[in-house]
Amino acid sequence: MKIVLNKDRMLIEREQDVILFRNRVKEYAVKIGMSLVNQTKLITAASELVRNMLKYANGGMVLIEVLSQGRDSGIRLVFTDKGPGIKDIALAMKDGYSTGKSLGIGLPGTKRLVNEFDIKSTVGEGTTVSIIKWKNG
Amino acid sequence: MGTDIAKLLQKKQKRILENWMTTQLSNISLREDLMSNDELREQSAEFLDTLLKVLTEKNLGNVESSDFEPVHELLAGISLSRAKQGFTPAETGVYIFSLKEALLTSLQTDIKEDPAFLLDAVIRISRLMDYLCITAFETFIKGREEVILRQTDEIAEISTPVIRVWDGILALPIIGTLDSARTQVVMESLLQEIVASSSTIAILDISGVAAVDSLVAQHLIKTVAATRLMGAECIISGIRPEIAQTVVHLGIDLSNIITKATLASALKQAFTMLKLNVKKVETIKSGI
Repeated sequence: MKIVLNKDRMLIEREQDVILFRNRVKEYAVKIGMSLVNQTKLITAASELVRNMLKYANGGMVLIEVLSQGRDSGIRLVFTDKGPGIKDIALAMKDGYSTGKSLGIGLPGTKRLVNEFDIKSTVGEGTTVSIIKWKNG
Repeated sequence: MGTDIAKLLQKKQKRILENWMTTQLSNISLREDLMSNDELREQSAEFLDTLLKVLTEKNLGNVESSDFEPVHELLAGISLSRAKQGFTPAETGVYIFSLKEALLTSLQTDIKEDPAFLLDAVIRISRLMDYLCITAFETFIKGREEVILRQTDEIAEISTPVIRVWDGILALPIIGTLDSARTQVVMESLLQEIVASSSTIAILDISGVAAVDSLVAQHLIKTVAATRLMGAECIISGIRPEIAQTVVHLGIDLSNIITKATLASALKQAFTMLKLNVKKVETIKSGI
């Protein structure tokens, strides 16, 4: 069972918020004693998703949660936006596919960097991405 | 009725100023360290004078009237200079609101006998002063933002130095994050320096970059490609172990770029590419 120990919300509106947000995530990761490699993976994944949010939906909201499950602790990030949504999630999760002019590895790469990855999207309403990185995952 | 609020106030200008000054001087937020009392009096007198001069019975009800242009201008100047001097927003707020209080007190004593007219006058003056206060705050925040923007520009400028480490070898330490605007600055200064110094090797050091996500990687790849177009080779150094792992998991292909763990090994690689040999000089034994 996952128990939420701490909750924090952050609005993402501009490119400058990316750095602030990353620092916030890092603070939490350091607090629960995450190793440097996992910290970097989490921050990179977070940065990837937050940039997607800015690029395709002009920003949104991120929920940062400190989780506890048994003896393990971790961090869950939930990215919610009210953007155009993703039509074909399976296609978006494929390496090398991008509707923008980017490398097209953001979403599949993020999935490889974290322990749990969940994406829900409705066209015209928005997208919610939820990721979990365990301290020793 | 026929009493003219504007005229009423203009007649009492001196008394209003005195009241206003008393309120300001007795307020705990008075900042004598930032502005002397004489200066404050001068500033206040000028502002009140300008305000009462343009105030007529007609434009009192219309806060957006162009008649108030000089008042807004003066207030914006005061607010802006206060922001730069380091006044807090509350202190600037007190400045305007204490004037409102002084004006209202003056009206209260003058039109005591007609409550309906007094109420009307109070509402109109309040509306005008509130509107002025909004102007003050808007410019106050703009003043602060200007300071921040200037600092951002300064940071951007000082954080992308191109260093000539050797004849023909440039080094560019990147600190912080690589967003689109930053990459533009980095690329521009790098390419320009390549031409200016006719260098053939550029070392991009990313030791100071916290995380390499796909956007940062894309910008790096673009910078390398542009450098190659200029006929120079690009080495990326400062790849920390955790960054290396992340890049691999993320699936970024950096295999056709020369990458090194440290700036020292990148420099060594550059020497090899330029067929330079750096070696320790054997000390010649002197004596005999």
